[in-house]
Amino acid sequence: MKHALVIISMFFAGMAVAQTKFESAMGRGLEQFKAAKTVDDMTTASAFFERVGDAEKDKWLPYYYAAYSYYLTGWMNPKADKDKVAEKTKDLISKAEAIEPNNSELYCLRQMAAIQQMTVDPMARWQTYGAEARAALDKAIKADPNNPRIYYLNGQTLMNTPEAFGGGKAVAKKLFEKSLELYKTFQPASPFHPNWGKEEAEKLLAACQ
Amino acid sequence: MKQFAILPFLFLMAGWASAQMRVTGTVKDNRGHILAGASVVVKGSYDGGVSDSTGHFSFKTFEKGAQTVVASNVGYKSMELPVTLGTETVDLAFSLKEEVSELKAVTVTAGSFEAGDKKRAATVLSSLDVVTTGGANADISAVVKTLPGAQQVGEQEGLFVRGGAGYETKQFIDGTLVNNPYFSSVPDLAQRGRFSPFLFKGTVFSTGGYSALYGQALSSALILESIDIPERSEAQASISPIFLGAGLQEIAKDKKSSWGMQYGYTNLVAYFAIVKQKPDYFTIPEFHAGDANFRIRTKKGGIIKYYTTLATNKLGLRRPNIDDPSLKNAFGLSNTNWYQNLSWRENLGSGWKMNLGLSYSTDHTSFTNQIQNQNNIPVTTGQVWIDSTNVAAKTTADLSQIKAVFDKRLSGISVIRFGGEYMYFYNKGVFNNYTGLLREHFKSLFSEADLYITNDLAAKLGVRFEHSSLINKANIAPRLSLAYKTGNGGQMSIAYGIFYQKPENTYLYATTNFGYTKATHYIINYIKNTTLQTFRVEAFYKKYEDLVKTYPAYNNDGTGYAKGIEFYWRDKKTIKNLDYWISYSYLDTKRDYLNYPGQLQPNFAANHTASLVMKRFVNSINTGFNFTYSFATGRPYYNFVKNGVKYEIADQGKTISYNNLGFSLNYLMSMGKAYAVWVASVTNVLNQNQVFGYNYSHDGTRKEAISTPSPRFYFIGLFLSWGVDRRQDAINNNL
Repeated sequence: MKHALVIISMFFAGMAVAQTKFESAMGRGLEQFKAAKTVDDMTTASAFFERVGDAEKDKWLPYYYAAYSYYLTGWMNPKADKDKVAEKTKDLISKAEAIEPNNSELYCLRQMAAIQQMTVDPMARWQTYGAEARAALDKAIKADPNNPRIYYLNGQTLMNTPEAFGGGKAVAKKLFEKSLELYKTFQPASPFHPNWGKEEAEKLLAACQ
Repeated sequence: MKQFAILPFLFLMAGWASAQMRVTGTVKDNRGHILAGASVVVKGSYDGGVSDSTGHFSFKTFEKGAQTVVASNVGYKSMELPVTLGTETVDLAFSLKEEVSELKAVTVTAGSFEAGDKKRAATVLSSLDVVTTGGANADISAVVKTLPGAQQVGEQEGLFVRGGAGYETKQFIDGTLVNNPYFSSVPDLAQRGRFSPFLFKGTVFSTGGYSALYGQALSSALILESIDIPERSEAQASISPIFLGAGLQEIAKDKKSSWGMQYGYTNLVAYFAIVKQKPDYFTIPEFHAGDANFRIRTKKGGIIKYYTTLATNKLGLRRPNIDDPSLKNAFGLSNTNWYQNLSWRENLGSGWKMNLGLSYSTDHTSFTNQIQNQNNIPVTTGQVWIDSTNVAAKTTADLSQIKAVFDKRLSGISVIRFGGEYMYFYNKGVFNNYTGLLREHFKSLFSEADLYITNDLAAKLGVRFEHSSLINKANIAPRLSLAYKTGNGGQMSIAYGIFYQKPENTYLYATTNFGYTKATHYIINYIKNTTLQTFRVEAFYKKYEDLVKTYPAYNNDGTGYAKGIEFYWRDKKTIKNLDYWISYSYLDTKRDYLNYPGQLQPNFAANHTASLVMKRFVNSINTGFNFTYSFATGRPYYNFVKNGVKYEIADQGKTISYNNLGFSLNYLMSMGKAYAVWVASVTNVLNQNQVFGYNYSHDGTRKEAISTPSPRFYFIGLFLSWGVDRRQDAINNNL
């Protein structure tokens, strides 16, 4: 009897192993991603997610994280050519969008990539990349108005926009408040779905006070 | 028992670990350059690595047997290599081919400064640059003069490029020619351009070798592209001691269409009361200008744009008569100009695009020059050379045109483009009792191919055919340019082209028995662009043939040349928050035209010209400080006097060198619900003496320096805008 139980449980364990090859890879990837301290670590994490995405073909999350981590290298490396980083980031987002069209989180990433490019030369670039960023957020809202990251990202952008151009702390504050309100009820669809931004929103809200 | 059950599992895992295989190798491009950051993966698995800064990669894999390893990098075609994974380390060499893409491909830059957001790398001047250039007072031409190739000519409007006269530069808006880009000429006083820099998203200043789409300009083309649907609905107001304006711009909720209108009134009465002017203004300059626009996005992603402006102005000024200091010249002018432009850009599908432009303008000027005595009463002196300067004139200049350009995308990003234009010019001039009338049907056909052979090599081949009914002559003008990428943001270009221009109306009124004037351009250029820095050097040779002579007869016997070298450096990187550019032009030019007795350096050409433009925005005080220093060596001046059957140089010399420091300040703030920008600017801060040339009396015994009407020009103004920020609509609806 004991034997039978062991055999059965091992059988199920084996199934579970097979099923979670992807999940364990995602888990490993996210660990790498969270532990990444250097640009190289982050690039390695991004490349890993990209490989998972390439192998899976029908999962958008690996590409999401590949794009997100690659985007972060653009901030981690002060000497990064942000246009090149954005080119790769956007390429990865496009791959994710091909699998999961019209996803609010992916539009948010597009906004982030555009803002990163804008910071290269804000005075000269806000018209082009600012518009690109706004268009992305508009789509993100249409896809899911309850995504808290939309309001966090928009708040962050407006916080760094001069008041004379419609930005400023007062405007940003409202957005952070809205974002945090949504975080209260926000539940990621799986442990691997995007679930970041709450602490950042709290920090920036505090900075707006 | 439990332990035993786990044991085989552990063995299994150990077995896996020992079976891990190492895959190593390098990734390069097809020219053997190292590619860092390329991704290498065993196809279908999670195993792989990234190439490091030396192009090497190394990773372990559990995969076995016949597999495929793929290397990929953004902007390159992926490459697959078949491998058999056994027990030995596998070493692979990847060589990736670059994909030809618009973003990466070389652009043909010989002769032109592209400004705008069309192509990131080529951005040189934006509309923001125009309004924040110290001392330029938001005049596009004034800013273009800080770029290499243009002269610092202050006594008349126009861009004098590479030894060319002002009329050798033409302006185009959305593809069609602008007949009167400046406010009407006043002797010895340069006038502003008619168009606000905010109308345009991109500016191409071509100092030679430009595209076959444009013609009738021997030296240069200023190609302006208007903005599409603006970002936000807003109301605006401008307040300054010399200017009052108000405007409205409304964008539809779906952002698919917009319309707007503006009105501005300029009156210099208060300004002249404070800042003394050398001329005695009997009619204070006064301008009314209104404009309106609409823009509609079409279903297929095209756009229809309409813009119109109607302006009237008048002025009158008295200056001492050069022949007789006891007399005065009283010059009066009034002008009305109406300009309309309708353009339609459309995707026709299967790689076809269309650009259609329609424009109409009508310009009515009347001016008088009257000899007056000290009491401002008209007098007749009995001396022909004085009395003959009494002029009452009226001119009408109408231009109707249509231009169509079709683009067809060939393989890759290569494009072939062709089209035609038809222009009808109606010019009427009444000078005292003489009436001149010119009717011109001008037609052209053109074709051009942009060929991208690789990402690194591109060619632009064009040809243009033109026919003028007025001089009843046709011409065929070939254009050619090549560009080659040398790596690291650097590229070389060469350009060659023949350019024709019919003589100016002034001469055509006398006789239409003229041919085209002709210039041949040879240009070589090197440009290096990094994200925040641009370096450019360009050398050129230009040969002038068939220039207009007015003496001994009206014909095309004039000749000339221009050669030189120019440098440009723009840097937003070295000093944080400081954006500056330096340009330097060396010019060697001579021409024999009009009544010149032989080949001479023309009076509008200086040998050395340089500008330093600096802009700094201080975020903490929301204020921008802008300085522009312009320098030019002295220009030659001549007094030609007819001696028997020929003109001789009775006197000549060189003016003092030209120096001008311009400064402007922008302060941003919010006032109630409005965003406000305060602008203060002053030209010639250091009060340097500026001499643009000399006027001679009839007998040559007296000469007078041509200078600015007052040493400095000051401006202070407040620009307000109340925005209905459509940008935030989507978000605000959810708050």
